[in-house]
Amino acid sequence: MSKADAVAVVLLIGVTMYAVFGGADFGAGLWSLLAGGSEQGRRPRELIDWAIGPVWEANHVWLIFVLVVLWTGFSSAFEAIFSTLFIPLSLAALGIVFRGAGFAFHHTARRARGRAIAQASFGLASLLTPFFLGTVVGAIAGERVPVGNATGDLVTSWLNPLSLVIGALFVATSTYLAAVFLVSDARRAESPDLERYFTNRALVAAVVAGALAAASLVLMHSKAEYVFDGLTGDGLPLVVLSALCGIAVLVLLYRGVRRGARPLAVGAVAAVIAGWGVAQWPYLLPQKLTISAAAAPSATLTGVLVVFGIAVLVVLPAIGLLFTLAQRSVVEEAGRPTP
Amino acid sequence: MAFTLGFHIVLASLGVALPAMMLIANYRGLRHDDPDALKLAQRWSKATAVTFAVGAVTGTVLSFEFGLLWPAFTGRFGEVFGLLFAIEGLFFFLEAIFIAIYIFGWKRLAPWTHFWTGVPVVIAGLGGAFSVVAVNSWMNQPQGYSPTTGDVTSVQPFKVIFNPAVPYEVPHMILAAYIVTGFLVASIYAVGMLRGRRDRIHRLGLLIPLTVACIATPIQFAVGDTAARSIAKNQPIKFAAMECVQTTSTDVPEYIYGRCTADGVKGGIKIPGFDSFLVGWSTSTQVTGLDSVPPDDRPPFNTLLHWCFDTMVGICTLLIGLGLWLGIGWWRKRDFPQSRWFLRAVAVSGLAAVTALECGWIVTEVGRQPWIVYNVMRTEDAVTQASGVWVTFVLILALYAALGAALFITLRAMSRRWRDADEQDVDVPYGPDPGPPADLAAGASG
Repeated sequence: MSKADAVAVVLLIGVTMYAVFGGADFGAGLWSLLAGGSEQGRRPRELIDWAIGPVWEANHVWLIFVLVVLWTGFSSAFEAIFSTLFIPLSLAALGIVFRGAGFAFHHTARRARGRAIAQASFGLASLLTPFFLGTVVGAIAGERVPVGNATGDLVTSWLNPLSLVIGALFVATSTYLAAVFLVSDARRAESPDLERYFTNRALVAAVVAGALAAASLVLMHSKAEYVFDGLTGDGLPLVVLSALCGIAVLVLLYRGVRRGARPLAVGAVAAVIAGWGVAQWPYLLPQKLTISAAAAPSATLTGVLVVFGIAVLVVLPAIGLLFTLAQRSVVEEAGRPTP
Repeated sequence: MAFTLGFHIVLASLGVALPAMMLIANYRGLRHDDPDALKLAQRWSKATAVTFAVGAVTGTVLSFEFGLLWPAFTGRFGEVFGLLFAIEGLFFFLEAIFIAIYIFGWKRLAPWTHFWTGVPVVIAGLGGAFSVVAVNSWMNQPQGYSPTTGDVTSVQPFKVIFNPAVPYEVPHMILAAYIVTGFLVASIYAVGMLRGRRDRIHRLGLLIPLTVACIATPIQFAVGDTAARSIAKNQPIKFAAMECVQTTSTDVPEYIYGRCTADGVKGGIKIPGFDSFLVGWSTSTQVTGLDSVPPDDRPPFNTLLHWCFDTMVGICTLLIGLGLWLGIGWWRKRDFPQSRWFLRAVAVSGLAAVTALECGWIVTEVGRQPWIVYNVMRTEDAVTQASGVWVTFVLILALYAALGAALFITLRAMSRRWRDADEQDVDVPYGPDPGPPADLAAGASG
C-alpha cells in the first residue's frame, strides 16, 4: 500500500467516524423534530438532550477532520468536489450553522418561544445536512464530478435519482443509528417507556434504511457502474457483512436483548463505508481521478500520517475518557428525564 | 469570507482566552477557598460553552468556504498549508473534548481534578491559534514548496510551518485574543458596577480579566512594533499602503490619519521623518513607496487601510494608559480606582479592543491584496467559478447577523439570570449534589 493509499484510508476512517457519531447526532435531532408537540414530545426530547449534550461538539469535529485531510492530502479532489457541488455543500453548511446555533442556544433560551425556535432549527437542520451530504456522495459515485474548478454541471450533478436516493438513505441511516443509541440511553436513564419508544422507531428506521439501500444499489447498476461492480465484486463480503449486522440488530431489538445492538449497528454502517472505499479503489472520484494522481507531495502525506498517528495516541484516549464519563453520567448538564 | 472571518476572529479570541480567565478564577477559588471566584469560574465556563459552540459552527463554515469560495487556492496550495490545519484540527478536537468534560463536570468531579481537566483547554487554545495564524503568516510569507509556478510537486513542511511571518504574527494574534477577551469581560462588569452593583462578584469579575489584559497590552505594543518593522522589510508594499507612502525615499514623514491620494497625504498630523525613524531608527532610512510596483499590484482602499492601522495603534496606546491607571491605583491603595471615570473607561475598553482587533484584521488582509498568497497567487485567480456566489454571500451575511444577535441575546439572558440568582444565592459550585442515584455516584467515584 502506498503512502497515498494510507492517507485515503485515514480519510475513510474519518468518514466512518463522522457517519457514526455525526450521523447518530443528526438522527437524534430528527427524532427530536418528529417527537411531536411541546407536551407530547417533552420526554423523548429530554432524553435526547441529556444523551447528546456532553458529546455533541466532539462528534462534529470529525467533519472538519475529513475536510482537512481531503484538502491536505488530495487538494485537486477537494477543489473538484467543492466547486462542482457548490449548491448541496452550501446547503449542508447552512444545516450545520442552524444545528449548531439551535443546539448552543436552546439550553439557554429561557422563554418557551425562543426555545421552540431553537428546537425547530435544530431538528430541521438535522434533516438538511445528512441529506445534502448524501447527494454529494451520490454525485461522486455517479461519476458526475470532473476535475477542475466547477467544470461539472452545477445542478444535475447532484439533482438526479441516484443522488436523491442516497441522500434519503443517509437520513434514514442517521435516524436508525440514533434510535439504537437512544435505546441504550433510555435504559441508562431507567425509562422503560422511552426504551420501547425508541426500539419501535429503530425497527422502522432499519427497514426504511434497508429498502433505500437496496434501491440505491439498483440505481447504481445503471448510473454508477464502476462503484456497482466494485460493491458486487471485491466489496461484496463487506456489503454482506453490513447486511448481516443490520439484520442481527433487528433481531436483538425485537427480542429486547440488552447487549450488542450498538456495536452491531455501528458495524453495519462501518462495513458499508469500507465496502464503498474498496469498490472505488484506486479511484478517489470514480473514473475521473485516482488516489495517486490526486495525492499531495510525499512530505505532506507523511505529515498527515504523523498528525493522524498523534491523533490516535492523544485524541482517541481523550474521546474515550469523555464517552466513559458521559456514559457513567459523571458529566451531564441537562436534567435527566424522570423515570 | 472576509466577513465570516471577521466574525469568527472575535469568537475565536474568546475561545482562546476565556478558558484562561475561567481557570484563573477557578484556581483562586480553590486556593483561597473563595466561593465568589468559583461562582465566576462556573459562569464563565457556561459563557465559554456557548461561544465555543458558536465558534465551532463558524469554524466549520470556514472550512467549507475554503472549498466553496476558494477552490483554486485550496486546490493548488491545500497540500502546502493544509498540514497546519490538520494540526489545528488536533488541538481543536482536544479543546472540544476537554471543554465538554470541564463544563459538564462541575457537579460530579472532585474540585482539583475538575480544575486540571480545564488546563488542556487553555493549551489546546494556544496550539490551535498558533496553527491557524501560521497559515495566514504563510499567505503573507509563502515558502517551503516548489516549483513556485504551476502544480506543487514538493513540500517542506517545517519551512511552511515556521515561515518568517510566524514569529511576529502568531504572538500578535494570541496577545490580541487575551486583550480583547480581558477588556470585553471586564467591561461587562464595569457596566454592572456603574449601575450600582458593587458586590464582590462584580469586583472580582472586573479585576481578574482586566489585570490579564493590562499586562498583555504593553507586550502587544512591542510585538506590534516588531511586526510593523518586519512588514516594512518583507512586504514593503503592504507597509507603504498602511502608511500612505507614495514614492520610495528617505526622511519619510509619519502621518496620523489624513486622506491618502496619489500626490501624498491630505490632512492629518504630520511628523517629519518619523516614519523612516520607525522603520530603521534613523530619519535617513529609505522606505519603499507604492510607486515601486505597477498600480495593479497595489492594495486597494488605501485610506481605509491607513486609518485602520492608526486606529489600532491609537487604541492600543489608550489601553496602555488604562493599564497605567489601574497600576497606579493598585500601587497606592491596593485596589483598583473607584472613580466612576475609571469604570466608564473600562466599560468602553471592551468595544475599543474589538475595534482594534478588527482594524488589525483589515490591515493584514486588505494590505495583502491583490494577492491571496503574497506575490504568488492573485485573489481573483483563487475564487470559485461556480455561479451564485453572491447569493451565498448575502445569505451568509444574513445568517451571521442572526447568529450574532442570538449569541448576544443569549449571553445577556444568562447574565440576567445570574443576577437574579445572586439575589437568591443558590447553586454553589462543588456544593451538595441535588441527589444522583446512589449507584451511579458510587460508580463515578470508583
